[in-house]
Amino acid sequence: MAELRPARRSSTGPPLTGIICVLLLVFVSVASASRDVGNNETRRNAAGETPEDSHHQTNSTAHKKAFPVLSLNYEHVRKPFEIALWILLALLMKLGFHMMPRVSNVVPESCLLIGVGLLVGGIIKFIQDETPVLDTKLFFLYLLPPIILDAGYFLPIRAFTENMGTILVFAVVGTLWNAFFIGGMIYGVCQIEGTQLASVDLLSCLLFGTIVSAVDPVAVLAVFEEIHINELLYILVFGESLLNDAVTVVLYHLFEEFSHAGTVTVADGFLGVICFFVVSLGGILVGAIYGLLGAFTSRFTSHTRVIEPLFVFLYSYMAYLSAEVFHLSGIMSLIACGVIMRPYVEANVSHKSYTTIKYFLKMWSSVSETLIFIFLGVSTVAGPHAWNWTFVIVTVVLCLVSRVLGVIGLTYIINKFRIVKLTKKDQFILAYGGLRGAIAFSLGFLLTDEMQMKSMFLTAIITVIFFTVIVQGMTIRPLVELLAVKKKKDGKGSINEEIHTQFLDHLLTGIEDICGHYGHHHWKDKLSRFNKTYVKRWLIAGERSTEPQLISFYNKMEMKQAIMLVESGSSAKLPTLLSSVSMQNIQPRGSARGRAIPSISKSREQEIRKILRGNLQNTRQRLRSYSRHDLFIDPFEDNVSEVRFRQQRVEMERRMSHYLTVPANRQETPAVRKVCFEPEHRVYTYDDSESPRGQAAQPCPSPPDAVGLLSQSPPRPKQSSKLGAKVPDQEQEEQDQLKLSRCLSDPGPNKEEDLS
Amino acid sequence: MGASQTRPEHKYQDLADKTGFSLEQIKNLSKRFQQLSGNEETISRDNLESIPALANNPIRNEIIGAFFDKRNQHQDAVGSCQEIGFEQFLMVMSHFRPPTLKTTVEEKEAMRKEKLRFLFNMHDTDNDGTITLAEYRKVVEELLSKSDAITKETAEAIADAAMLEVASINVPHMGPDDFYEGITFEHFEEILKGLEMETRMHIRFLDVDTAKMGCGKSTS
Repeated sequence: MAELRPARRSSTGPPLTGIICVLLLVFVSVASASRDVGNNETRRNAAGETPEDSHHQTNSTAHKKAFPVLSLNYEHVRKPFEIALWILLALLMKLGFHMMPRVSNVVPESCLLIGVGLLVGGIIKFIQDETPVLDTKLFFLYLLPPIILDAGYFLPIRAFTENMGTILVFAVVGTLWNAFFIGGMIYGVCQIEGTQLASVDLLSCLLFGTIVSAVDPVAVLAVFEEIHINELLYILVFGESLLNDAVTVVLYHLFEEFSHAGTVTVADGFLGVICFFVVSLGGILVGAIYGLLGAFTSRFTSHTRVIEPLFVFLYSYMAYLSAEVFHLSGIMSLIACGVIMRPYVEANVSHKSYTTIKYFLKMWSSVSETLIFIFLGVSTVAGPHAWNWTFVIVTVVLCLVSRVLGVIGLTYIINKFRIVKLTKKDQFILAYGGLRGAIAFSLGFLLTDEMQMKSMFLTAIITVIFFTVIVQGMTIRPLVELLAVKKKKDGKGSINEEIHTQFLDHLLTGIEDICGHYGHHHWKDKLSRFNKTYVKRWLIAGERSTEPQLISFYNKMEMKQAIMLVESGSSAKLPTLLSSVSMQNIQPRGSARGRAIPSISKSREQEIRKILRGNLQNTRQRLRSYSRHDLFIDPFEDNVSEVRFRQQRVEMERRMSHYLTVPANRQETPAVRKVCFEPEHRVYTYDDSESPRGQAAQPCPSPPDAVGLLSQSPPRPKQSSKLGAKVPDQEQEEQDQLKLSRCLSDPGPNKEEDLS
Repeated sequence: MGASQTRPEHKYQDLADKTGFSLEQIKNLSKRFQQLSGNEETISRDNLESIPALANNPIRNEIIGAFFDKRNQHQDAVGSCQEIGFEQFLMVMSHFRPPTLKTTVEEKEAMRKEKLRFLFNMHDTDNDGTITLAEYRKVVEELLSKSDAITKETAEAIADAAMLEVASINVPHMGPDDFYEGITFEHFEEILKGLEMETRMHIRFLDVDTAKMGCGKSTS
């Protein structure tokens, strides 16, 4: 019965280190307690923070006891408690690292986490000689999917498809080369000396080669995310790590099957090839089906916004599990599902749901990653290990060598087909970025114990993983700096870039057509037209299905800016506002349009109108959908956010168009009267037929009414009654115009009562 | 111009030096030229407009116009022609060659300028050296022209916002009475520098017969 020393200690060192040590001890103590299977000794967790004593029965035995006011029953909640505590402590560790900037700048997080895992594992082992191990089922079913889904959902599609050929070659041919080279060479080495390795047969070696040769997406993500490398290299390495799953799965099963049988015939090899196609294409098909289902479902979720993110997650998870049922490639299925689902889902779901999806995915993948690395460390300590110097060192060396050779050879071939060739620097990063990770470990763990070499293999695998993650992970950042590899450009959405990206697409397609051959752009164009005419109609609700990409991009940008303003308070400035350029500087001077009083520009106004009518209207409904089950507004609850939103938006408008002039030739008729006559619902509708989604973007018969209206309002800050002075009479119309202006321009603090 | 239909090799070599294409690529493009022109020596706008695949392209007119634009011939001429010969055709096509491994940094820079210049000429239809707001609006309108239910105002709004962005990036502090004439070439370069034109604006020129569909090896 070991008693843990109290966790509290006088911290003479910096309090931070003290906290971390305390946490570590708590972690360890609870972990050890949690593994105390069936062991009812009373180990007291004397950690100060954890109030309960595990396994401590306070129930008395025989005599009639008083009614227990306070009793303890740990077993009841044990499992979820432990899980939650593990996760919590792992995340606290992660938090702790980021508070030590000196360390976290040098060492990538994954290394630190492995280190923690080692430490924890060591302490647990010291205490009770039995450590938790990364359970393969846990890993493949619970820890891996969130990471893959996160990566797949946010995969940069353009870069991915443009480099698809290269990625596929690296993934398939590269992995095959790695597997066979490593396997073969290891076998050769095993045959050579009088080391105890002679018992390792060829198939086992090949199996081992397969396991250790696959580039791991988790490790790649973990390391590459911190170095912010340019998109091309990122997508090449990461894409390879995703797509090589199919190869790995097939080879693994192939060799595992036959390592029992003993021999592999040509027929088996042939079947293996067929199996590869089945596995990869089948996985993609399964993912695509679920993706389309998910997109279709999201079309109808306009009334139940709160569960929208769940559809995304569940469909994707089902895709993964379904693929795993048939031993298809779960990773490819997950990627396919995310990729296919995403454009349609994003067009359908509310902004809030979109944010939720994004953050949940990031959150889960972060947790998973942390846990994986910690478990990796802990499992390392668990063993069993059989250290064989030759084997391990040869493995590590061979991994490096084969990767380098593979990259160089393949690049040589690929460059003949690529237009934008891969330079030597690129090749270096590609070779150096081939990190192995937890997938290799789990696959190794899956090996049955009939293979005597399992321990040795595991040791070697772990060493390779450590080497790549720690050594390569740590050194890649300075190397990237040293080699001056292009970094990721900060992607601030620029409307000009978007316009020209689209322009270029069409231009290049046109030139290809003139040239007469069907190239990359031609097929892309065909696909996008097919998408537009057939698919979008089914999968996107309402009018958004016909919205061209430029418009949605633009609307999104506007949304982002508006929300940014809302979030950062009224004193924030938009980036564009850092310049004092306004619309007036751009409008053609001296045009025949008369100049009214400076006010918000017509074009800005039209923007607002279009956006609000089409997109933002829905968004505003989404923004208002705090209420749990329905969309109807609680005017009091949402007023504030409404108010602030509009206020900020118009502040922005006002500032942007501070010196604006309005071409007075647009005399708007009072179609605006329809605006604002009902508190929040109808604020921005301009048509009588009020259906939230059914609005086509028709031109309003009398376009920006609001313009004429607003032209009467000088941009005075935050005066809700600013129009009051200017709109003296004309009851109904002016009232409406008043309301409109308030809605659109500057609702001051007393807006609420005005909108009754 | 004015050469016979079967061009001798040294003429191709001339063209290869001028435009940077390889001989095989020039041969292929020449075949295509013959196809388009109906075995004439020059092609006119109608020839290009009759390409069926171009019908769906929203910026078809701009593309066709670019072929007939004298500014793209690198000869400091302005205006547009009615018909172009093979050499002019090649000159325009040469704007779409990709960089190779051997292209030096300066050459890449020059390439990028050239491509951007091509784009700029496409937008600046009146050749005053700037893209005015009206011209930019036209560009956006054309881009959106194939989508239904998009009104002129939306296109204008987008163009205005884009123009505003250009102005804010390039001339951040303009007084209220200053007027931003239009996007000059330098500003144009500035706003598009993130796009890395030299690696994006290219197509694959084949070394095998373009009459057949398929991918061949491309060298340049």
